[in-house]
Amino acid sequence: MLRWLKPVIFLACLGPLARLAWKGFHGMLGANPIEVITHSTGDWTLIFLMVTLSVTPLRKLTRQYWLIGLRRRFGLYAFFYGTLHLTTYVWLDKFFDLHEMLADIAKRRFITAGMTAFTLMIPLALTSTKGWIRRIGGKRWQALHRLIYLSAAAGVIHYIWLVKADLRKPLQYAAVWGVLMLYRIVMWLRSRTQARAAVPSQTIPEKSRPADYASQRR
Amino acid sequence: MLIKRAGDIPSSEITPKNLCLNRRKFLTGAAIAGAAAATGIGLREVISPTTIVQAGNKIDGIKKSSFSTTETITPYKDVTNYNNYYEFSTDKYEPAGLAKNFRTRPWKVKIDGLVDKKQELDIDTILKMATPEERIYRHRCVEGWSIVVPWVGFSLSELIKRVNPQGKAKFVEFTTLNDPRQMPGLRAPVLNWPYVEGLRMDEAMHPLALLCFGMYGEDLLNQDGAPLRIVIPWKYGFKSAKAIVRIRFVEKQPINSWNEATPNEYGFYSNVNPTVDHPRWSQAKERRLGEFLKRPTLMFNGYGDQVASLYNGMDLKKNF
Repeated sequence: MLRWLKPVIFLACLGPLARLAWKGFHGMLGANPIEVITHSTGDWTLIFLMVTLSVTPLRKLTRQYWLIGLRRRFGLYAFFYGTLHLTTYVWLDKFFDLHEMLADIAKRRFITAGMTAFTLMIPLALTSTKGWIRRIGGKRWQALHRLIYLSAAAGVIHYIWLVKADLRKPLQYAAVWGVLMLYRIVMWLRSRTQARAAVPSQTIPEKSRPADYASQRR
Repeated sequence: MLIKRAGDIPSSEITPKNLCLNRRKFLTGAAIAGAAAATGIGLREVISPTTIVQAGNKIDGIKKSSFSTTETITPYKDVTNYNNYYEFSTDKYEPAGLAKNFRTRPWKVKIDGLVDKKQELDIDTILKMATPEERIYRHRCVEGWSIVVPWVGFSLSELIKRVNPQGKAKFVEFTTLNDPRQMPGLRAPVLNWPYVEGLRMDEAMHPLALLCFGMYGEDLLNQDGAPLRIVIPWKYGFKSAKAIVRIRFVEKQPINSWNEATPNEYGFYSNVNPTVDHPRWSQAKERRLGEFLKRPTLMFNGYGDQVASLYNGMDLKKNF
């Protein structure tokens, strides 16, 4: 399944960029093409972050465990569109004016939030390879990659702080993020109760349990 | 929340199995809905922007105006397909389609407040008050983009003179139509509808302040504020109220909609001013639609020679 699905999905992920390029080439990006490019790449960054965050709940709930094989690439696409989004800002909006950008980052909280979201993605993109998982160690790698929760949150806040009055779209993203986080919280609470329930009878074999175990627990 | 002591209850007893499964189903649904919602938000992006070409009726007997700029006029299709018109939609590409069947006749404008004769003026009476002029103005949006538009109309003062405001009237308040059946954007409480804007009396009487009913030599298009709007070229675009149904003369400074929504971001005056930033973005530069590089924004949008004296002695940082 994964073998043929992977290339199809990954090509589809380039669709938003292809569409922008095609429309741009044919002069179909409307009155303010740079604004369209900025908004579109920003939207797709958030979408890929949310899709990446959906992989784990989806695969657990549907028991389609092979889905994990897609997660890394979805995450990298979030980084890819995020890089394009940042590039439109650095190049098309600020024309590489470093002074102006630094002032922006310090003064404008929506830029601060956006930069935070992007910066948090950098270590995740860099350590996305199998080699890095080995080097860091699975547990620590997983902990590091939980930064995506914060990155996505910062991305949504960036959007909320940007709009003038109509919060409906950014709040939709916030709702999606909230649901995906809620799932994790529920799972974490459940695993905790289950682990505690399981401790006496299963996890620790009878003979290896210290004699004074019961007194330690209370 | 009831927290059961772990250790003496097997986990299967904490939640009955069928509930467990239901919860699993619910969570599956939620996750799928979440992913779908995220993708759905994106799909809407795929649809926009579209370009709709429309044409109005030619307006006869338009005279030229010395107030016009000689700068390149922004293409008609851009000005008529890129509209900040929240009564229709907060997406700038949507009003062109959503306003297509907007009814601009019959149309009355209520004149009230501190005037000698309160009255309802028919739009066609207003249009005959003075000779239409073409005024090619720069138009700068608070968001950082700008256009050059050949508006058609006459000075707002022509109307104000004819309705005799009283001496106590210090401000003029403009109200936009509030008809959710025709204007779908009004169904969401994005701003406190109806849209209200205001000018100080001397600003409203300034010859540059335009009562506008046409563009590019034709009738104003619905998405650009038909049948009647004002155009105040030295102020950010949102001051130029569209589809006006009421003009009220008042003693106290009106509360304009954007100021009411976000007082620290949008003031009453809202003069174009490159030295006073919007709290969330710089106002030093602007992108003229159709241009790649940004250009510097001019004080009072380049109309300083004519209007700066209106604000003598005022702190424009405070009165932004």
